[in-house]
Amino acid sequence: MKEESQDRRKFILSMARGVGIAAFGGMIWSAYVDEATANRLVLRPPGALKEDEFLKTCIKCGMCAEACPFDTLIISKPGDNVAVGTPYFVPRDIPCYMCTDIPCVPVCPSGALDEKSVTTNGELDINIADMGLAIVDTKNCIAFWGIQCDACYRACPLLDKAIYLEYDKNDRTGKHAFLKPIVNPDYCTGCGLCEHACVTKKPAIMVRPRELVMGEVGTHYVKGWDKKDETRLEDAKEIHTVTERSKRDALDNLNDMGGLLDD
Amino acid sequence: MIKKYRYLILRRITQISIMVLYIGANVWGWKILMGNLSSSNLLGSVPLSDPYAVLQMFVAGAVISTDLIVGALIVIAFYAIFGGRAFCSWVCPVNIVTDTANYLRRKLRINQVAKKVPLSRNTRYWVIGISLIISAMMGVAAFEIISPVAMTHRGLIFGMGFGWAAILSIFFFDLFVVKNGWCGHVCPIGGTYSLIGKFSLFRVKHDSEACTNCRKCIEVCPENQVLFMINKESLPVTSAECTNCARCIEVCNDDALFFHIRNYVQKNETKQGEINETSN
Repeated sequence: MKEESQDRRKFILSMARGVGIAAFGGMIWSAYVDEATANRLVLRPPGALKEDEFLKTCIKCGMCAEACPFDTLIISKPGDNVAVGTPYFVPRDIPCYMCTDIPCVPVCPSGALDEKSVTTNGELDINIADMGLAIVDTKNCIAFWGIQCDACYRACPLLDKAIYLEYDKNDRTGKHAFLKPIVNPDYCTGCGLCEHACVTKKPAIMVRPRELVMGEVGTHYVKGWDKKDETRLEDAKEIHTVTERSKRDALDNLNDMGGLLDD
Repeated sequence: MIKKYRYLILRRITQISIMVLYIGANVWGWKILMGNLSSSNLLGSVPLSDPYAVLQMFVAGAVISTDLIVGALIVIAFYAIFGGRAFCSWVCPVNIVTDTANYLRRKLRINQVAKKVPLSRNTRYWVIGISLIISAMMGVAAFEIISPVAMTHRGLIFGMGFGWAAILSIFFFDLFVVKNGWCGHVCPIGGTYSLIGKFSLFRVKHDSEACTNCRKCIEVCPENQVLFMINKESLPVTSAECTNCARCIEVCNDDALFFHIRNYVQKNETKQGEINETSN
């Protein structure tokens, strides 16, 4: 009887020890996982799901990188500061050359690279890919200085759509023109050919994940000049908020010196 | 001489040629075996996936594609019916590292000094449990982020980076800290295949009549708890923690160990074996 209870105590203690060690190890482990997946600056292959979903779904087999004919895609190694084993690319080194048959996407076994997101009318269409968005550092772009350079504009596979030139008068010389590269987010795929072509020491045009560089207006602004946007107002209802202060007339509020003057 | 290493040589050949096929797919564009041990494509048509990785992804909340489900089922079926835990000793490249550590351990006579094992053989099942909890909590396959096994095979195929540190730490862990520490105690992939291969057909069998109790098999076995019957009873090794590496068969000078195919029709021997195993 006594021995049996000793055994039971031993068993419970060993289980409790196991749970303790597991909790301690699990804490360190989960903290590491959190850190290891924190980098949001990486550029993913075309067709990649949103970063959170991508990290969940990618099984890290590397077949996309094997399929890439330009060796653009890199499989993250320990030390790269990108969730280990996942594919990414660095456009300044090797950009995405936007193959029309997109060999990297159909080979993906897990669906982390989603074929549907790069398909229009049943055919693969690299032009609708969204790997990121190019942004221009207008301070360091020499075209904005007035020096003629259209390297990024000419490198762009969607020339005159994703990057177009805005002509402007150069008041400094009085006789020259600015040819300023402007990115149109509606067309830019984030392939990075512009970043690759940029002539400055550190690229003045660079690709970043779209969510990081785009703002969001919210629903409370309506483009009055846009017929389609205007239709949003059709079902709009007036919302009238009453607060303690708004009960009174605005003028009364202005004239109310209560609390401002000594008696 | 070669007879003493016949299975070891065969295992090294399969391990290395599988890795060479993967590397060939990446470097020279071979279409025989693409991908890596997490998920691959055989001959451009048959998907193969690591069931443990797929399970973690499922728990993390990913939508599992048909390719991954089919791939995992093929792998599960193969090991559940035939191989048992053969993945660990016939496919996984980390096995070469831990076998080397274990060989050195024997040569340096570390086993004679460090007899007590400070780690439970069941740690791997705890690791599986924790990995699934963290996967669910963090929404990402938790072991795949830290897996030194994946770092090794991926490193060999796509570039090592700091992955060599993971390999080295396993090597020293096995050499100085715990005998058969990684593969025999910690690795949850081995744990998963132990669970999958529970009822597989290929087994090592012991003939206690022929046994002279030299204990060479126990010394060389990376999971020597499965050889509890040596010199006691003529039983097949039914524990799925046996990796079917066949080192015990090679080192045995008495032909007291050999491969056999489990016979489920004649139930007696296996049942007896299982009862014995649980009572041990």
